[in-house]
Amino acid sequence: MPFDVPVIVVKPSRGWVSLKLNELWHYRELLYFLTWRDIKVRYKQTVLGAAWAIIQPFFTMLVFSLFFGRLAKIPSDGIPYPIFAYAALVPWAFFSNGLSQSSNSLVDNANMLKKVYFPRLVVPLSSVISGVVDFILAFTVLLGMMLFYGIYPTINVIWLPFLLLLTLTTSLGVGLWLSAMNVQFRDVRYTVPFLTQFWLFATPIAYPSSLLSDPWRTLYGINPMVGVVEGFRWALLGRDTAPGPIILVSSLVALALLVGGAFFFRRLERSFADVV
Amino acid sequence: MSDIAIRLDGLGKQYRIGGQQEGYRTIREAMTNAFVSPFRRARGLLRGQPYGVAELDETIWALRQVSFQIKRGEVVGIIGRNGAGKTTLLKILSRITEPTEGQAEIYGRVGSLLEVGTGFHPELTGRENIYLNGAILGMRKSEIDYKFDEIVTFAEIEKFLDTPVKHYSSGMYVRLAFSVAAHLEPEILLVDEVLAVGDWGFQKKCLGKMQDVVHEGRTVLFVSHNMSAIRSLCKRAILLEQGTRTFDGETLTAIAAYRSSMESDRTSRDSLQFKPVDSKAQIMAIRLLTKPQEHESFDYTKPISFEITSEMRSEISSIYLGITIYNEYEDRLIFWRDFELMPELLEPRIPGLYVYEVTIPGHTLPPGYYRIDVALVELAGLTLLHWPQEFLTFEVSDYDSVRILRGLPWKSLSATPLGLNIQIIPKGCRQSIS
Repeated sequence: MPFDVPVIVVKPSRGWVSLKLNELWHYRELLYFLTWRDIKVRYKQTVLGAAWAIIQPFFTMLVFSLFFGRLAKIPSDGIPYPIFAYAALVPWAFFSNGLSQSSNSLVDNANMLKKVYFPRLVVPLSSVISGVVDFILAFTVLLGMMLFYGIYPTINVIWLPFLLLLTLTTSLGVGLWLSAMNVQFRDVRYTVPFLTQFWLFATPIAYPSSLLSDPWRTLYGINPMVGVVEGFRWALLGRDTAPGPIILVSSLVALALLVGGAFFFRRLERSFADVV
Repeated sequence: MSDIAIRLDGLGKQYRIGGQQEGYRTIREAMTNAFVSPFRRARGLLRGQPYGVAELDETIWALRQVSFQIKRGEVVGIIGRNGAGKTTLLKILSRITEPTEGQAEIYGRVGSLLEVGTGFHPELTGRENIYLNGAILGMRKSEIDYKFDEIVTFAEIEKFLDTPVKHYSSGMYVRLAFSVAAHLEPEILLVDEVLAVGDWGFQKKCLGKMQDVVHEGRTVLFVSHNMSAIRSLCKRAILLEQGTRTFDGETLTAIAAYRSSMESDRTSRDSLQFKPVDSKAQIMAIRLLTKPQEHESFDYTKPISFEITSEMRSEISSIYLGITIYNEYEDRLIFWRDFELMPELLEPRIPGLYVYEVTIPGHTLPPGYYRIDVALVELAGLTLLHWPQEFLTFEVSDYDSVRILRGLPWKSLSATPLGLNIQIIPKGCRQSIS
């Protein structure tokens, strides 16, 4: 007999368990297909279809411009308020949609969890990644607005992929915690809309973080979305706000959220099929 | 390296079941509990315990101390009645759920089919679902590409390949789902009752496909209630009863053991006496009056009679005895209140014993398994006076209809024949008649 026959040992696990990232890699095609499914299905049977990906951040931008920009006269670091808000709303929409999709992902795919084995991490991961398409759509509008306002990006734009990754990490990190808890406590489903709403105002989207002075401004980066938003404005709109320290703090927090979330998820995973 | 494919060693799975919640005695207690229990639950959750464990400790062992070995290339049937632990066993072996104790070793790539069509999305087309479902079952994209035409041909859906599956008939849906599953080629295959899908013709085709799998020398664990499928596919069968292995060996002997365990159950089910309850009226007993034909089953063309004895302990007005007949799929086929069958019963009922003789006419129930559920209900407020929750069960068979002699399946919930009258006008006669 060949020696490369895989041996699977099935036995009860206790406590914290390994992430089994190699197995996750092995199942990358499933990740691809689930992401692809989420993308294809997302706007089925809607009249406006993928336009929703643009409508959401765009109309929020209009409302913000009217109330915060015009009426409340909130400063925008010398940039036209609409693009100041929109440049933040594009990554925000990616984050908040990814967060709510992934939080509900396990419950929504309950039947799959009960009938087939695969690394469960694939489920929330694919629901966050599938949001990238929406991000790209909303981003093209951002490019259009930049042309309109005559704002050209600086060389710092090369950091954009990293900033997108930071958004994804934050979204997935929080999504892992929430999705695993959602399996046991459906309360999570009702908490997420609140959470994203509060988080929206806790992030400098409608206002600039430069309202704070320095030790506090850097510390503000504990909310990883602060780093993302400031980074986007810095890279695209050419604001010389030196967001480096904020982004560093944000990246560390996001990474901690992700790693902690992944272990927490794996720990709860053993009861998913029984309780979902 | 041995020739063992699966080795189980004292495998057990405990489930926690929610018992009766204790009633709150005071409002303060209720509020304290409402406030404290989320925290207690959260603590339990962090320890990796499923929801609600802190309060409810009732548990059952779905599987207990199961050990056996399966050799490479062996095809083994797992039989047992519902709730015996068959599906739990497959779920543990396919790593969907973890065992509570013991361990299992599996040598080789495992594919499990606990259901066909898992992950099918109604909005996606047949083609898209083949890829999605294949990936969920653990196939590589290249593997699906390679088998794509075969899958489509087997499912007979060529024309609808690019139609969303929500527009498929249920037959087409099931054919496509099974077809993807049938082309999974792992070294070890775990199958749970998936042959019971589709129409009869397709079932035969599925069975044929399973036979191919078996002949290819793969290791298969096969759960089914279909004894003829088990017999034709497996040389060895394992009988599970209440989570433990009670027989393991030659298939025919295992099936006989299974039948006799069912039989001992059934004989006690053609007559039931109920324990006295504290109520102004109760059902005392129920029994079958008609004796079944051979194999303990009734001919579907013949009437079936049963007797229900109830007792009124005081004069009661507006009460009824409800009689319900369910089939094995829990469809409520027949329901009558006694006064609907006999309007005199609307009068107040004097105390005493009421012995009902109830008859199900012939040509009513198609072949299958049925249970009779009875209850005494007070019309005012529809209060249940007595519901024994024990059921008379019986089987109905088709022995010699044209249908069965031709090997055609029963497809209906009712066996009521249609009246039929035909006038044949041969070709060429039409003009002369008009």
